[in-house]
Amino acid sequence: MAISRPIENVDLAVPSRRRRWAAAVWDFTRRRPLGAAGAAIVLVMLVVAVSATAIAPYDPLAVDFGAMLGAPSAEHWLGTDAFGRDVLSRLIYGSRTALIVGFGAAFFGATAGAILGVASAYFAGRIDLLLQRVMDIFISFPLIILALAMVAILGNNLPNLITAITIPMIPRAALVIRSSALSVREMPYVDAARAAGFRHSRIILRHMLPNVMAPYLIMLTAFLGQAILLEASLSFLGLGVQEPVAAWGLMLRGAAVQFAETAPWMAIFPGLAISLAVFAFNLFGDSLRDALDPKLRTQ
Amino acid sequence: MWKYILKRFFLMIPTLVGVAIIAFLLLRIVPGDIVSARLMGAGGAFVTAQMIAEEQAKFGLDQPLWRQFATWLWGLARLDFGRSMWTGAPIMEEIKLRFALSLQVAVMATVVATLLAIPMGVIAALKQDTWVDYTVRIFSIAGLATPSFWLGIVIILSLLIIFKWLPPMVYTPFWVDPWENLAQLIWPALAVGYRYSAVATRMTRSAMLEVLREDYIRTARAKGLWMKLILVRHALKNAMLPVVTVIGIEFAFLLGGLVVTEQVFNLNGLGMLFVESVARRDYTLTQALVMLTASAFIVVNFLMDVTYAWLDPRIRYR
Repeated sequence: MAISRPIENVDLAVPSRRRRWAAAVWDFTRRRPLGAAGAAIVLVMLVVAVSATAIAPYDPLAVDFGAMLGAPSAEHWLGTDAFGRDVLSRLIYGSRTALIVGFGAAFFGATAGAILGVASAYFAGRIDLLLQRVMDIFISFPLIILALAMVAILGNNLPNLITAITIPMIPRAALVIRSSALSVREMPYVDAARAAGFRHSRIILRHMLPNVMAPYLIMLTAFLGQAILLEASLSFLGLGVQEPVAAWGLMLRGAAVQFAETAPWMAIFPGLAISLAVFAFNLFGDSLRDALDPKLRTQ
Repeated sequence: MWKYILKRFFLMIPTLVGVAIIAFLLLRIVPGDIVSARLMGAGGAFVTAQMIAEEQAKFGLDQPLWRQFATWLWGLARLDFGRSMWTGAPIMEEIKLRFALSLQVAVMATVVATLLAIPMGVIAALKQDTWVDYTVRIFSIAGLATPSFWLGIVIILSLLIIFKWLPPMVYTPFWVDPWENLAQLIWPALAVGYRYSAVATRMTRSAMLEVLREDYIRTARAKGLWMKLILVRHALKNAMLPVVTVIGIEFAFLLGGLVVTEQVFNLNGLGMLFVESVARRDYTLTQALVMLTASAFIVVNFLMDVTYAWLDPRIRYR
């Protein structure tokens, strides 16, 4: 380890690595146009979310009773809601909520699941059996039921919402990652690390985790879409993000349904935004799965 | 075979007990309990500490936690869920009212999903990597991406705008007026069924792709068998196993998991009951519902495993 470090820092290594990346991206785009399209939509969403303050034509919280329930027009491209707030601006700011919750929950869920799954496979025997049983128990609850109960327990600010969505994802990730970790455990380098007397935590984190990267990434992208959907569902029920924060699920709640006939734009656009976002993540995730490991099936 | 079934059956018990523990603890960790919530609701000013204590004693909330759990578990074993802490009615009654509705929507959604998924999955597999395949894949990924509650709103809205007609919003049992009943429930079944078909379509496609590469399919084709016959008798039959599993598991989740869609269609099913019970901190009702949905999943899973073992003898020896 200590010897290889200076070599990595040599300047020559950098362009070749960058070129390799570019080649990989190009290869992915050419072979899986659908996945690349998904990735492009995700990128656009990220840019929109980051630069929301610059892009949004109005303040998403600005109430304007003169322009209540306004139809799409030159001033308000996607119309206004029951408080006269600009729907487009709220959609743009809502992408922040969706992405923060999506990435947060997916990252923590997949990571915690990966650590548990790898540890379960590594220790084997009784610990494995026990962990498996616990995972079985948690998997028996539908995602939304567990998330809803967690929100009721934790309360509904943003970090708690992320936690509530993370928890039902952990056992699902752990199951998938455990099955790939089982084969990693049989690799000679794991034996070597054990023979060298490394601590368990080091073997799990440094030697085994990096080798279950493929299923980890697959679970991560699969969870992204699911987390966004769950957040939207919870917010729609009034148990997620609270008014006046802009969130897509919240925009569909209350007035949007009540005035759906006279002001359909209030109900249509936020739903389209949710669908497009989840669609893009799923499209990308699907192609990534095919590219990384065609044998792994996730739903 | 019987040995396998027995073994698999007894494996359910620890899981069910674990589920019971979680269902029981889930709401009890929350600060604030139903007694204070309900009494405060009725003009909390006159509530004395003694009144609260009395009410708590009525529901056994003053007992140690393990004692409450043991009482509940004993009740479960006799299929007695206790009484709702909010309405005071027996939970069996509360659930019975809603179960028929939730079951009917779940069954109808399953029919919709199966009718969509199997033909689409088979066609996509047969025409792999053509525009037909891409269309099916995009259609099914879109199904996974569209929130079914939003699809529900859109369905209601289009019925209203195009046909100037609103589906009935009050539940009529099937045996009272089947027409009225179907006119109401077909829409949520479509909204949920589409989403649910997506998973099954993808499973059908990949299972078919796998089976179509098998030797016995090639043999059948070499014999000059009629392609349709090969598909139905040889390929589909073998590809159905994972598809049936996916459909079964989704069905189990649908029974209690239609939380949001029921809200949109104003269906008074188990999902809506669950949301209400969580909001009211109705411990007994929430834990009964959580227990019910999780058990449905565990039992369906068991039945699936047994079916698998019955159809495919290799599994039994694993």
